[in-house]
Amino acid sequence: MIDVLIVYFQMPLVQKALIVGVLIALCSSLLGVTLVLKRFSFIGDGLSHVAFGAMTIAAVLNLSNDMLLILPVTVLSAILLLHTGQNTKIKGDAAIAMISVGALAFGYLLMNLFSTSSNLSGDVCSTLFGSTSILTLTDAEVWLCIGLSVVVVLIFILFYHKIFAVTFDESFAKATGMKVEAYQLLIATVIAVIIVLAMNLVGSLLISALVIFPALSAMRMFGNFKAVTICSAVLSVCCAFLGIVISVLAGTPVGSTIVAVDVVAFLMAYAVGMIKGGSRR
Amino acid sequence: MSLITVKNLSVGYEGQAIEKDINFSVNKGDYLCILGENGSGKTTLMKTLLHLQKPIAGEILLQDGLRSDEIGYLPQQTVIQKDFPASVREIVRSGFLGRAGLRPFYGKEEKALAEENMERMGIKDLAQRSYRELSGGQQQRVLLARALCATHKLLVLDEPVTGLDPKATMEMYELIKKLNQEGVAIIMITHDVNVAVQYASHVLQVGTPSFFGTKESYLNSDLGKLFLLQRSKENTADAGKGGAHD
Repeated sequence: MIDVLIVYFQMPLVQKALIVGVLIALCSSLLGVTLVLKRFSFIGDGLSHVAFGAMTIAAVLNLSNDMLLILPVTVLSAILLLHTGQNTKIKGDAAIAMISVGALAFGYLLMNLFSTSSNLSGDVCSTLFGSTSILTLTDAEVWLCIGLSVVVVLIFILFYHKIFAVTFDESFAKATGMKVEAYQLLIATVIAVIIVLAMNLVGSLLISALVIFPALSAMRMFGNFKAVTICSAVLSVCCAFLGIVISVLAGTPVGSTIVAVDVVAFLMAYAVGMIKGGSRR
Repeated sequence: MSLITVKNLSVGYEGQAIEKDINFSVNKGDYLCILGENGSGKTTLMKTLLHLQKPIAGEILLQDGLRSDEIGYLPQQTVIQKDFPASVREIVRSGFLGRAGLRPFYGKEEKALAEENMERMGIKDLAQRSYRELSGGQQQRVLLARALCATHKLLVLDEPVTGLDPKATMEMYELIKKLNQEGVAIIMITHDVNVAVQYASHVLQVGTPSFFGTKESYLNSDLGKLFLLQRSKENTADAGKGGAHD
């Protein structure tokens, strides 16, 4: 088995998949804590459906680089969703559900009407659940992913304390002079970028798993923000690595394997939390 | 000279005024209680003072070198905070961020001041503990220490004892009184007239009828007399009940 692994690890396409997978897992886990705590767990889901819709439009328009359309559309939706979180006629969760299901329906409709592919259901399935495309990444895609990941991590480190403050208590932050709207815009943009990146890895339907599971697991085990953030990043990276290795060895779909590993990790974290905390809720 | 002066202020949502023509001022060292029924616009007034929403008419003047980011704020707890994984120290320090600008990390002085404020609130030994494991009273102290990191001039407190047991309530009020005596001006929203009468130096009643003035003049006003009358009735009623049972 070790021999097989070594052979696989020497293949450039597996190396690329591992690099991209680990980076995406790292980025998505960083903001996961904020999203879970802000009760925005479903935003990943909603946005990924929007990204799916945008992707079909890009396909219909025959764009050579579909990122040019998907990224701005998703960022825009993220801003809309996060910004209208409170004090609107349509509440946060309803807005997310509305946008996400709407985008999903239109996406599938467009795919059906204008599809040039002979294997429509196969195409849909792979955009929704992640394809093997993680194993067919081009060098350019890998570099794009590395670049964006570095930016995301840098932004997170530089604004770590502010993200904490905005997550913990928006009105206090605003009252004491923080530019809360600007930071929300930043958070929304970063989330959208991560989601578009992660679509390659796990597909639209499974992205929220990548965002929320590591955060939830870490929150079971630790009581301060720093530890939760670090733990969730480490967990997410390990799970993604393990998931990719298993899927390569066993020939299972990459996305669902990673998510399955995340679920197992969550159950273990839950048990650890029970033993450690005892009385804690 | 006053820290904050409010002139002919109207507050409300979406252009609809809930409360009109509010006038008051807060001086250094004052302790102002804002009284009013539910829905009378107390919280809306407070949000307007904190620049969380725009006034519909009138003006809020900050004087004596008070900047808008130097108003400390003790909000009501949100559901999010109840199970938030953050240590006490992390939360207290976040009080500085309003003035940090783009600087990403805390300075030495800020860290020292945060420790000092935790000491003042008697939560130094809880610094490493997780916020969600603390009692309601302890959580309020943490938030108060955070507010002190944001300012040492003016604190705005929104019903600070909601959900606290009687002992924690007393301790909270005493703590606020102590801060006031140390020179921090206080604006506190409460629906408890007893508290206003016991602690405040000034009273602002919103709704109809409205009132602003010192506590003494409040007690001499029709509103205050009505309240005193009610209280003495309640006291005799309580005493009567107690007698009947015992």
